[in-house]
Amino acid sequence: MVMDQDVARHLSDASVSVELETADMTLNIGPQHPSTHGVLRLVARVDGERAYDLKPVIGYMHRGYEKLSEVRTYPQITTLVNRIDWVSGYANEIPFVVAAEKLMELEVPERAQYIRLILTEMARISSHLVFMASYPLELGAATPLFFALRERERVLDLIESVTGGRFHPNFNRIGGVKPAYGSGSSTRKMVQDLPAGFFSETRKAMDEVLNAVDELESLVAGNEIILIRTKGIGVLPPEVAASYGVSGPNLRASGVGFDLRRVERYLPYEDFDFEIPVGENGDCWDRWWVRLREIRQSASIVQQAIDGIPAGPLQAKVPKVIKVPAGETYVRAENPKGEMGYYLVSDGASGPYRLKIRSASFSNISILPWILEGVLVPDIIAIMGSLDFVLGDVDR
Amino acid sequence: MPDFVVNLFDNFWVALGGKLALVALMIPMIGMAIGFAEMKLSAKMQHRMGPYFAGGRWGWAQLIADGVKFFQKEDLIPEEADRPVFKIAPIFVLMGTVALFVVIPFGPGLIFRDLSVGVFYALAISSISTIGILMAGWSSANKYSLMGGLRAAGQLIAYELPLVLAVVGSIILAGTMSMSGIVEAQIDAGYPYVIFQVVGFAVFMIASLAELSRIPFDMPIAESELVMGYLTEYTGFRFLFFFLAEFANMFTLSAIAVTLFLGGYWLPGIPADTLEFAGPVILLGKVFILVFAMIWFRWTFPRFREDQLQTLAWKWLIPIALANIMITATLKVFL
Repeated sequence: MVMDQDVARHLSDASVSVELETADMTLNIGPQHPSTHGVLRLVARVDGERAYDLKPVIGYMHRGYEKLSEVRTYPQITTLVNRIDWVSGYANEIPFVVAAEKLMELEVPERAQYIRLILTEMARISSHLVFMASYPLELGAATPLFFALRERERVLDLIESVTGGRFHPNFNRIGGVKPAYGSGSSTRKMVQDLPAGFFSETRKAMDEVLNAVDELESLVAGNEIILIRTKGIGVLPPEVAASYGVSGPNLRASGVGFDLRRVERYLPYEDFDFEIPVGENGDCWDRWWVRLREIRQSASIVQQAIDGIPAGPLQAKVPKVIKVPAGETYVRAENPKGEMGYYLVSDGASGPYRLKIRSASFSNISILPWILEGVLVPDIIAIMGSLDFVLGDVDR
Repeated sequence: MPDFVVNLFDNFWVALGGKLALVALMIPMIGMAIGFAEMKLSAKMQHRMGPYFAGGRWGWAQLIADGVKFFQKEDLIPEEADRPVFKIAPIFVLMGTVALFVVIPFGPGLIFRDLSVGVFYALAISSISTIGILMAGWSSANKYSLMGGLRAAGQLIAYELPLVLAVVGSIILAGTMSMSGIVEAQIDAGYPYVIFQVVGFAVFMIASLAELSRIPFDMPIAESELVMGYLTEYTGFRFLFFFLAEFANMFTLSAIAVTLFLGGYWLPGIPADTLEFAGPVILLGKVFILVFAMIWFRWTFPRFREDQLQTLAWKWLIPIALANIMITATLKVFL
């Protein structure tokens, strides 16, 4: 018996020396990890530096907004929805209020629509600047972070000066933007419009943003190491992207020029002249490059909008208690992260019967197991960063 | 100096004790100077203020405050860790750095020990710290640390070779491996070797960045991938040891580069009899120029991927260094 064990041990030693069999290791990335954009968890089987069978585990950030909105009134829900993708809080409110307005058949004043559009594009700029800040950091370059965040601060200050909130503006009302006449305990009727000097400040800030984008381009695009880390990494073919429901800049980087700003009519984008940047290869580099060019387009849209903003009221006539007629509708909008949609079912009460939220990041990260199969561990970070998701947007 | 003091230092043990005390003082001082420079320079590059409050003016005491903080922290050892290895690893890393100070000539005769194989010794001893890193990564019982430690080992194998090959050019020119001998040869020749050894100098600097595992070669730490790599589980003064070793290592590797390529403690035009006093200042000045470059790279570049680093080492740096040796040797023989 003892002999057998010895023999067996020697045999196993011999087989080890013939072929080095290394066991795979299960690597758990997250939920606490510097580069998972919050609380995403990935469980991967790694063989050395290569990762296989990657499983994203989501839900650590679930806040139950869909259920919560069933027990809230319509005006209360905007406070919930701008917390979905907190990097571009303002843009999240738009499709929801548009959906409610569609069911109520409200005509939103043109000035209010323009203000919505200006702030949405500013939210897009600030969201893309966060990406411009965090993506080089994930590749190891710390300095572009400060260049990008400095400009974002300018944009957030402007959003704050209009809405009073940096991240969670809660500025949209059903039928327009924040009521033109003060309500509540105050008996004084106050006209609230854009703050004084907003247009000149915005014009200046947009010029600064465009300068900063040029600066970032030279800082990042001129860097050989960034290029070899991102070019040809995480290639996402258009047909795969479409089949997974990937949307937004990630889809456009794969060469599909699909932008809801052109397709849908939720804000008056048809009045403006702008391009839809499209990538060629669908790799990490193209995703970066598309976002950089989108900042330029957004800045140009904002400049056009403040030149052409019409005068008029900020709010359509709405009843004191908002009740949405029974019916259902789906409104989708081009959010900075991709397509964001609200499927609103109303039974005529003061709150929705059901609100299904289609968030961009959730569909975008569904690509992770496909795109991360067999890549190196450093590339996991590079690819994940380039998809630019926010966990609040994934879990809702 | 009074006779009895001179006699006292003739005693081997007293001299050894004195030198040890000197190095033990120098490492924290240099570590703090470089650490502070890094904080302030990175702040400047990123439109920040950097340390501002500690010490009253420019936050000069920030590093002292940080050091005191590290000593107050609990010395945490993970339950699953290999305790003795985990404890000794930071000492290994720091030891490699301390031992490098032995062969750096600060001035004529101002060297702890002028070994006849000084260059060889320096390159051999500088890889000890990588063993410390591997020990730290292995013993932490953490998968990220393990990957960091293994990456460090791979990096060592890849970069030790260009590092060694890069200095051969200078050795051929000087005809000696003694560190002070190489400086004297440069003084005799009247020019720093970097003039004919630009390639060797460049390869040496790139390889020493990899040896230091600083950005763009910081894969063993890779904060955004491996959290902090082999440092993840370390706290308190053991973490401080790694920290100090990194900064002191920046100093020593720069000092070796200065000695081999930039004329060491010598500047053209400085009379030889003043080098006794001016030498250390000149050396420090040159070292800090190189350290500045390292800090500059760190805050400008992203990091390579592990396989790209290996490609760079094996396909580029080693052939270039070998070609450099051949050309230098040919020219030495025929000119």
